[in-house]
This record gives sequence, structure tokens and C-alpha cells, in this order.
Amino acid sequence: MRLEYTERQNKFRTEIREWLAANVPKQTLQSFDTEEGFRQHREWEHKLNSGRWSAVTWPEHLGGRGVDLIEWLIFEEEYWRAGAPLRVNQNGIFLLAPTLMEYGTEEQKKRFLPRMAAGDDIWAQGWSEPGAGSDMAAIRCKAIRDGDHYVINGQKTWSTRAVWADWLFGLFRSDPDSVRHHGLTFVLLPLNLPGITIRPIKQLNGLPGFAEIFFDNVRVPVENRMGEEGQGWNVAMATAGFERGLMLRSPGRFQQTAKSLVDLYKAEEKNVDDCSLRDAVVKSWMDAEAYTLATYATAGRLRRGEHIGPEASTNKIFWSELDLSMHETAMRLLGPRAELMGGAPDAGNIGHWLEGFLFAQAGPIYAGSNEIQRNIIAERMLGLPR
Amino acid sequence: MDFAFKDEHIAFSDSIRKFLMVEAAPEWLREIWETETGRSRELRGKLAEQGLTALSVPEEFGGIGAGDLEWVLIHQELGYYAIPDSLIDTAYLATYLLNRLPADAALKKTWLPKIADGSARIAVGHPVNPMVADAQNADLILMWHDDEVHALAKDQVKLSFNPSIDMSRRLYKVTWTPSEATRICPARLGKQLWDGVLDRAALAGAAQLVGLTQRMLDLGIDYSATRKQFGKPIGSFQAVKHHLADVAVKAEFAKPVLYRAAYATEREQARRGVYVSHAKLAAGEAAWLGARKSMQVHGAMGYTWETDLQMFMKRAWALDAAWGDRAFHKKRIADFILADGARLGPGETFA
Repeated sequence: MRLEYTERQNKFRTEIREWLAANVPKQTLQSFDTEEGFRQHREWEHKLNSGRWSAVTWPEHLGGRGVDLIEWLIFEEEYWRAGAPLRVNQNGIFLLAPTLMEYGTEEQKKRFLPRMAAGDDIWAQGWSEPGAGSDMAAIRCKAIRDGDHYVINGQKTWSTRAVWADWLFGLFRSDPDSVRHHGLTFVLLPLNLPGITIRPIKQLNGLPGFAEIFFDNVRVPVENRMGEEGQGWNVAMATAGFERGLMLRSPGRFQQTAKSLVDLYKAEEKNVDDCSLRDAVVKSWMDAEAYTLATYATAGRLRRGEHIGPEASTNKIFWSELDLSMHETAMRLLGPRAELMGGAPDAGNIGHWLEGFLFAQAGPIYAGSNEIQRNIIAERMLGLPR
Repeated sequence: MDFAFKDEHIAFSDSIRKFLMVEAAPEWLREIWETETGRSRELRGKLAEQGLTALSVPEEFGGIGAGDLEWVLIHQELGYYAIPDSLIDTAYLATYLLNRLPADAALKKTWLPKIADGSARIAVGHPVNPMVADAQNADLILMWHDDEVHALAKDQVKLSFNPSIDMSRRLYKVTWTPSEATRICPARLGKQLWDGVLDRAALAGAAQLVGLTQRMLDLGIDYSATRKQFGKPIGSFQAVKHHLADVAVKAEFAKPVLYRAAYATEREQARRGVYVSHAKLAAGEAAWLGARKSMQVHGAMGYTWETDLQMFMKRAWALDAAWGDRAFHKKRIADFILADGARLGPGETFA
């Protein structure tokens, strides 16, 4: 056991810290779920990429720095510490890219990854359908082979960032006679193809953070398929594994929230006569630390060549509940001011807590609901009968 | 950055696990519970044969000289098997104290070899606990008094037995009078030693609680896979699955916290106390949830004396507040995170 950073890791931290200090926009960007905000965030991705910071774990020839997972965690810590903008391309960089690295052809990697790193292509996800939410194997949206194309017909929904994104990755039924997780194919497609209709869906905050997508005879070249035809489920599961496992929510995010919560508590303590709040703040710090430690431990295991197994599902539950409880604590600390919208003239600088509180509500639902995660833990980690 | 334990530490704790699995069956532990002393010479002898009593004793006194990281794996096994013995008080805590007395202290030469060979039992009394565990069985009692360390023989104290819900714990109120003759260490050195004892005791408690959580989870899994209702094993029902999954989540996230605390303790890092308190709280919470959920899964069987689950639940309930209750440990963390200039947030976890 060695719980210290190496010289090289410390140097890496200093380098990213200095770059961020010089480059993070002083003014908070608008939400990337607005058209202008999306543009601003794309510009920020260009900037990050100009310093070769947008995808540090990728090999150098694809736009990364070839660093390992510990350095990625360090990068993330510094990123959150600096209050840098949210990653508009996180679907691409953190979810699709690891899958592309594993299942994509060399040609696909060269075609998609550098543009992804640069923010030239922003990616949306196409998993859920009206009849396929937690039960993803119930997917019905078809991609039927016609010569050197797939013809796509059907509907996707809850597609995050799809309103302004350039590309979509998702799972489609390529064998119309197949059932469940057989006969599915993983396809990448640009969202400006003829036959695609995107209908924005407003989220709790009133902004169109996701969308419905309708496909009407949309033709996608076969070379946009990832993995073999009919093998899409396995490819998608790899993505889901990364999503639950490590890359979707790095600990820096929650540590930054916990730290802000400590500051909020110190500022508000005298105004709030509720002795349970100190405990809640202590618990936030503890759980953010626990999540960090567990993530470092997992990164260490992966670096030794081990794999993330079903215990990844414990991560998803832990961080989503942590995020909820931290924001609930903040709302309780803010008391009657907590409901004030960010732009309210007398609110002061507290709007990010309400935004975070709303977003935290979604945590136990997306990326596989926490009920599904508990089933996975019980069946695959604890060995309980189906 | 690496949480992996040394191969030889893992091999040793594996061998202890296998040994305890065979030698410390619940039926035998129940028999020991029923005895007047609550302790078994035979069990202690077996633990000594495995080298457990000698772990912390330096080599020059016949021991192995192991550190806190090696111990933390062993403590988990002792928790998993709910071993009814004063092994930890004697071989970990008292040995820590004796090891740090001045080199010429006669007490060291007398007691460390006896600890190593398993022939001595030593009890440790600290004001954070209202009672002293195993004082009646002890050959020597080390007591706190205004940060001084005092060593007492049994005829220098008055003991009154206070039964615990956990029958493997033998708790005594100790009445005694400090004197020059009993004092073995002055307060200026003693303060530091007692801090070290408290953190190690809480660390050992946290590790046992993690082991206990795993045991209660395993018992719940076994029961829910075999017990049938509505024609199916109850473990196939989601409501039951989710109870056990919740325990698995808590256990999974208590472990790295425990290991960091052990690491900080072995290295005497400045944040040792905060990290130990974190581990104790995380482990206590996991163990209490484990007890609650495993009992729920066991149904009425979980409420009986016959079902083994009770042995582990009771240990979990008791250890949660031993060597610092939750209020004590939360306060230590609150004092740390709320201090002016506290270094918190991303990048400060291993600072």
C-alpha cells in the first residue's frame, strides 16, 4: 500500500493547475442546454483541446496525453477545483470513447476521436425508447440492412444533449425477428441526416437538456457500425460499465461540492437553529472522501490489469445518493432563500445550489436507475437467485 | 497510489481466515459464551499458535513486530468470526503501550514475552469507555489517570461485573486508587501514548465492524437463497435483494476508508485521528445497517437465540460505541473540517 503521489504525478497536477488558472473563463458560461451556452461550451472544448487537456487518457496520436487513470483522477480534481465549465461532450469523451477504443476499428478511431477531442463533434446518447427505459433490451427502433446502409426507423428518447449535438451513438434492432438483447447493433450517426426529427424536452429547470428523436427511413452507412452486427448489446454493456464504473462521475466533482457545503455551513450556521445540519455536513465530507478513496482503489486495480465487475453498480448508487444528500443539506441550510432562482435580484450568489439540487434529483434515475443497480448487485455480486 | 496490501499480509490473513473458519465455529463460541469467565484457554492457545498474540511484540521479545496495516486485515477476520477473546486488548493495544515505554522499563521485559507466547492477558482502561473489558481475566490492568499510565495487579483493584448484551464482552467497573507505585508513565509522555491507544482501538473496532458487516451480509444471503415462500427462494424477490444490496454498498465504501485510516496510523500521519474517526463511523453505520437488514431478511428466525445472526448483531451493536461513540468521532471530524484554513476538497484526500 502506498497512498502518496509520485513526483511525476505531482508535476502533472501542477501543470494542469497552472493551465486552468490561466485559461478557465472568468465569467460563468451560460447553461449548455441553451443554444448560446452550447456554443460557449463548444468553444471551451476547443480551448481545452488546444492545450491537449480534453481527453488526457487517450493516446497522443488521437489527441490525448496517454496518462493513466490515477493521472486522470488528478486532472479531474484540478478541473473541479478550478471551477472549470461542465463538459458538453462528456457523452462522447467519457462514455463513447472508451468503447471506441475497445470495439472501434483503427479507421473509426482516427475518424471520430480527434474531432471529439476538439469539440468539433459533440455527441448525444441514443439508448432509451418510450418502451425501453430500465428494460433496455426491449429496444424496438430498427436499423435494417439495405446493401451498404442501415435504414433506421423508430424513436429514441431522453437523449441527453441531442438538441444541439452533432452525432448520436446508440443501440438499434438490426434483426427484426430477434428478441431481447439478441439482434441489436451499435450505430454511430450524424444528427443532420434526412429523416431525423428532434423534439426537445424541457427538464425540471425549464431547459431542453434532452430530446426525443424520430427516425423516418434514415440511411446510415454500414461503416458507422461499431462492433459486429447483432453484437450491439455487448458493446453497449461495455459503455454502461464505464458509465457506472468510473468515468461518468469522477470524485473531484463531489469533493468540490462537499467543500462548498462546508463553507456554506460556516457562513449560515448562525442563521439556522438546526443541530442536525452539522452532522449532515460531516457526513457529506465523509462520503465524498469515501467515494474518492474507493475510486482510487478501483483505478489501482484496473492499472494492475483487473476489471471492473458488478461492484461498479455500488458506485452509481453511492455517488447519486451522496449528491442528493449534499444538495438537500444545502437547501436546508439556505432555508427560505433556497427556492430563489439564480437570477432573483436579492438571492445573492446561491443559485448554483438550486441548480445542483434539481440536477441531483436525476442522479438515481439516469445511467441505469438505482433499483436496477441494486438488482445487479444482488444477482451478480451477491449471487442471489433471479 | 496503490491500495494493494503486501502479498505476505494477504497470505497471512487468508491463513487466519481458514483457521478460524474451522476452529471457531459458532457452536463452540456459544459454549464459551456460557462459561463463567467467557474465555477459553484452548481458544487462546490456538490463537497464540497462529502467531496472533505475538504480532505486535518486537522480535527481541519473541514477537513478530507487525504494524497496523497487517493488523487491520486480522481485525476484520476476528470481527467476521466474532472471536470471544481479549486478544486485541492484549496483543494490539496493551502491547502498543508497553512497546513505547522507555527502553529500560522492567514491565516491558516482564510482560512482552508473555504476551507473545499467549500466556498473559492484559486489560486496558480508558475514560472514553465507562467499563474495562476483560478486567477479571487480566493478569495486568493498564489504566488511564490524568493522561498518566498506571499498571495494576488484580489485587489492587475492585471489580464489579456489568453484563453486556454481547455475551462475549466481559465488562467491569474498575475502582482503584492511583499512586506513585502504580504509575508507570508520566502524563507528558502518557498523553501521546493514550492518543495512540485510542486511535488504534477505534481502528480495530472499525475493522471488526467491517468484518461483522460482511458476516451478517453473508448470513442474509445464505438464508435468503434457501428459505422459500410463494414457491421461490425469498432472495429472488426484489424487496429482499435491495435490502442486501444496500448493505453491500455500505460495506464496499467502508473498506477503503478503513485502509486509509490504517495507513495513516501506521505512518503516524497528522490526520490519523480524523481518518480513524471516519473509519469508525463508516464501519459502525455499515454494521448497524447490516444487522437491521440481515435480521429483516431472516424474519422471525432473526429474532431468535438459536439463529447465529444474533452473535454478530450483538457484537456490532456493542462495538459501535466502544472506544468513542458516534458523537465523539463526529466531533473530531467536525473540528477538522470546520477549522479555519482546513485543507479540503479535490486533491486534498492524500495530503
